[in-house]
This record gives sequence, C-alpha cells and structure tokens, in this order.
Amino acid sequence: MRRRTFGIAAAALAATVAIGPGVSWAQEAKKVTIGVSIPAADHGWTAGVVFHAERVAKLLMAEHKGLNVIVKTSADPASQANAVQDLAVQGIDALVILPTDPDQLVSAIQQVKDDGKFVALVDRAPSVNDNTIRDLYVAGNNPALGEVAGQYIAKTTPDAEVVIIRGLPIPIDQQRQDGFDKGIEGSKVKILDRQYGNWSRDDAFRVMQDYLTKYPKIDVVWCQDDDMAVGVMEAISQANRTDIKYVVGGAGSKDMIKKVMDGDKMMPVDVLYPPAMVATAMQLTAGGFYDQVPVSGNYILDATLVTKDNAKDFYFPDSPF
Amino acid sequence: MNAVATDTTKAPKTSKDWDMAAIAPFVALALLLVLGYFANPNFVSLANLTNVITRSAFIAVIALGATYVISSGGLDLSVGSMVAFVASLMILFMNSGAVADPMLMLIVAMLLALILGAACGLTNGLITTVGKIEPFIATLGMMGIYRGLTTWLSQGGSITVRDRELQQLYRPVYFGDVFGVPIPIIVIFVTAAIAAFVLYRTRFGRHVIAVGSNEEVARYSGISVQKVRTIAYVIQGLCVAVAVIIYVPRLGSTSATTGILWELQAITAVVVGGTALRGGVGRIWGTICGAFILEIVGNIMLLSNFVSEYLIGAIQGAIIIIAMLVQRTLMRK
Repeated sequence: MRRRTFGIAAAALAATVAIGPGVSWAQEAKKVTIGVSIPAADHGWTAGVVFHAERVAKLLMAEHKGLNVIVKTSADPASQANAVQDLAVQGIDALVILPTDPDQLVSAIQQVKDDGKFVALVDRAPSVNDNTIRDLYVAGNNPALGEVAGQYIAKTTPDAEVVIIRGLPIPIDQQRQDGFDKGIEGSKVKILDRQYGNWSRDDAFRVMQDYLTKYPKIDVVWCQDDDMAVGVMEAISQANRTDIKYVVGGAGSKDMIKKVMDGDKMMPVDVLYPPAMVATAMQLTAGGFYDQVPVSGNYILDATLVTKDNAKDFYFPDSPF
Repeated sequence: MNAVATDTTKAPKTSKDWDMAAIAPFVALALLLVLGYFANPNFVSLANLTNVITRSAFIAVIALGATYVISSGGLDLSVGSMVAFVASLMILFMNSGAVADPMLMLIVAMLLALILGAACGLTNGLITTVGKIEPFIATLGMMGIYRGLTTWLSQGGSITVRDRELQQLYRPVYFGDVFGVPIPIIVIFVTAAIAAFVLYRTRFGRHVIAVGSNEEVARYSGISVQKVRTIAYVIQGLCVAVAVIIYVPRLGSTSATTGILWELQAITAVVVGGTALRGGVGRIWGTICGAFILEIVGNIMLLSNFVSEYLIGAIQGAIIIIAMLVQRTLMRK
C-alpha cells in the first residue's frame, strides 16, 4: 500500500520535473526531511563524523528553505536500530546512515528502503550492498589508503626498510595491508615487520619502542592512522634515533594535517580517509531532492595524498579530530 | 601461608622453610628472562629492559592499589576509566592557565590529580560499603560513568596539553632519569615500598588482611570492616592518581580510549603475583613482579620472529597460564 502511494508520488514528481523550469517557485517551498543516523563520538574518527554531520546539516538548512536535517547519534547497533525507527516514524524523505555495524542494521535500513525512502549508506557496507538496500553508497577507499602510502614510500625512498603498525584484526585493516603491498610491488621497499597497534596511541608507542629495540636501522614507519602516529613519534624522539626518515599515518586528523602544513620533516604527507565523507552523502542526498541531479550509485572517495601544498584544504581547526 | 605470617615468623633457615608462594612469581619472571634471551638477544639489553619496566609502571602502580582492594575482599573494575577521567581533568586544569608560574602550575596539577584520584576511590568505596552494592557491579557502573564523562569532556576526540613550555617541563617525569634509572621505575619501587610497609608493618595493613580473610571474625574482633574497605578503595584511587602523574607526560594527551582494559591487566598482575582473588592474602612485591611479567610477555612476542602477529594473544594467554602452573607446582613442594 505504502509502496503504491510512493509510486503515485514519484509519478507526480516526474511530472513536475517534466514541466521543468515553469514550476521553479515550487522548489523554494519544497519540504524535505533528511534523517542522519551516525555512531556516537567514541573515538577521534567518529568524533569527526559527528562534527561534520552537524556542521553540514546547518549549511544545508541555510541553503534550502524547506529542508529539515535531523542528526541522531547512537552508541551501539541496537540503539542505532531504534534511532532509525524513530526517524522513520517522524516522517523522513531520506536516510543518511553510517552504521556502527552494518550487518546488524540491515533489517532496520531495509525497512526504510522498502517504505520507498531514499537511503544513503556511508563507509561501512553490509555483505549485500546493492540497490535493494540503498540508493547511494559513499565510502572512503581502504585499499587505496594502503596503496597511496605504499606508492609514496616506494617513490620517495625506493630501497627503504619499513616497519608497519596495523590496526585491529578486521577486514578494513586487511584491505589496507593488501593495498600497501600492491603499492610497493616491484620496488625494493622491504617490510621488516607488521604488528597490531589496535588504533591506540599507547599500544603504538609500545610496539614502536619494541621495533626500535629489534631493528638497528629503520627508514620509514607506516602506521596508517594518525592517532597511532602520535605514539610512534613519541617513541622515536625518546630513543634519539636519527635513522628514521619519516612516518606515514592516515585519516587526516587536524594535528597531523597541521604538521604536514608546517612542513614537519618527520610527517611529510598524510593519506586521507576523511570523517567528512558523511557530509558528502548529505550534500548528494540534498542535491538529489532540490536540484534533480542523479545521485544514485557508488561514490568512492579517493585516498588523497595530503602534501604541504594542499594541506590547508583538509584542515579543520575547530574539529575535535 | 599468608604474607603477614611470613613476616612475623623467624627468618627461614633451610630451603624447606621458604615461602614458595611468595618466591614463585620471581621464578616465573626469571624463566621468562631466559626465554626472552633465546627469542632475541637484544631482549636482555639494558635499553630494552629499562623500556619495558618503565612501560609497566602504570599497570604496576595501579596494581598496587588493586592488591589492597582485592586482599580486603573487594574488586575495582573502574581503574582503567578512572585513569582516563583523572588524566583528562588534570590536562584540562593545566590548559586553564589558573596558575601563571609553570613550575607551580605543575605541582598544583599533580596535587589536584591526587585529590581527584582519592575522591574517585572514596566514591567507589562508599558505594560498595555504605550503599552495600556488590563491588563487581558498583565498580562496573563507575567504570561506565568515568569512561562516559571522559568521552564527554573530550567530545569524543582527544584532550592535549596546549602549553608547549609546560609540556617540556613535565616531560622528564616519564622520560627523565636519576643516575641512569628512569623516573617511572623509581616511582614503582618507592610506591611499592610504601605499600609494603603499610600492608605488612601497620595495624591498618593487618586489618585489611583480616577483613579479607574472614569478615565476620574481623567484625567480632572490633575492626570496622566498612572503614577498612573504604580506605582500601581510597588507596586504589591514590595509586591511580600516581599512575596518571607519570602517564600524562608521556604523550601529553588523553582520549576516550585511554586506559581501556587496564583494570583487567591490573587484576591479572595482582593474581599472577600470588594474591588470592578471594581476599585475605596480599603480596606487594609479587604484584610488581606480576606487572613486569605481563609487559615482558608482550615484549618477547614482538621481539621474536617466530610468532605470527595473529597468534600473539593466544601465546600471551598460554604463557600466563603456564606461569601460574609453575607457581602451583612450586607451592606444592
């Protein structure tokens, strides 16, 4: 029944579009509600997600008169499922969701999709990720995050001996590692060791101290995460080792972007995996409603290499991350 | 059988009189050192051993407090979040610029950390004793509260010491040394010496053990069980504060994930050191030894080339269990 109603609405919408510029006055008053469901800020990256979601919600509402954006944060999959239902009850036209755990939220998202709403999925995809569950998929590129770092290291220091600090044993981490291996393929870059640092500063400090004991000469550290880079830098400076040429992190935290911007020799580049991607999804969704541009499909952000020249584009001094 | 008894009996004359339970953790530690040497000769280098022992300082100092709480028959699961909470407030105070002179600011900030630690410990203590809630549940609740408050204070991000000058002044507390001995190692041994003195040589120490071994008997002997337990939690809070004082200068920042799972490490250190989880036995030096063992096991795993990074957790668990079995066999002799 609901679907049929939507079908009629869609037909009406299509008709409006067909008439074209003649009814532009209707667009001004067009009422659209976008629900945004994101994880609560429990570490640096998700804090960035919350910051950018709220920042762009304000921008979008200022830009489009009839637009209402509701941002809800949830601490775990169960409460996020409830939050999604609450949003659906309030009456939304679109859902932008960065799921805490995609597979546990499939049915909640499916319900919204089945009601004929526009669904934009961000960053974390369930096992089945096609147009039966979402219209738009926006994500960073994990394999590329590794590959870009690998290519940079292979190009800048072709025969470097590298130590790697991994995150947690989950698929994202493995994709980054595989990407890195692809990036250094064919070069003389040698990987001395890979160990887990659990995306934690303290663990990265510990692992780096042990690397420094184990290997008398290390050229480059790839720790694929800016939080872990903090611990790595501290361990290196304590050991007074001068053999390490530089450290490559990832994600794009404001502290590390600042270092790149200031030309810090130990942190020449950063690789982007921006929490602001949630805002990309919100912008595209709003664009789909107000500007009638096609937005369905996959939108994979590049793992941009942040250098001294472009660092200012990615620097948000007010962000918590 | 228990530590107090050992101290009051005469000095052992033959190896049969030795308290094997007290010595066992040290035997396990010695065996680990040998294993470490075979894993990677660099392991026994002075630089590596000082690194590892310095790193173990946080868990060691927290575990000293946990020794009091556990031997008095309690349990504190909130210490990891408490570290994050106290450290965050300490950094926020340092950033507030309330005291102009950097040196004075540092001293006031340290005192504040101690007061906050004691207050957090007192809260835990009062909830379990006056509120009569099982320590497991009470401190589990407090764990969530301290963690949540930290996340709120940091807005999910991190809290960093902003003043460069202050940070430079504070840095030596973790990275500095006195006659070649890193300051955190000195802190471990000084805190342990005080803890050992209080537990073994004072009336309060004997009360802690008495309350832990048999609450009823202790009450009939005129000991205020609630008071003793509450003070044990305050001591735990003070130990957390001491750990915070040496933790903050290391990275100069805290985040919502600071100190996660430290409570389990501290409890493991206490138990590996020979203190019974059911209470009534407290072994200060064993606890220190336990904290060293935990950190060394991780260090050996990383330095060795024959353990896959995927298996580290499993091997660490196995080594801890083997260490406990070695202790048991020694105790049966």
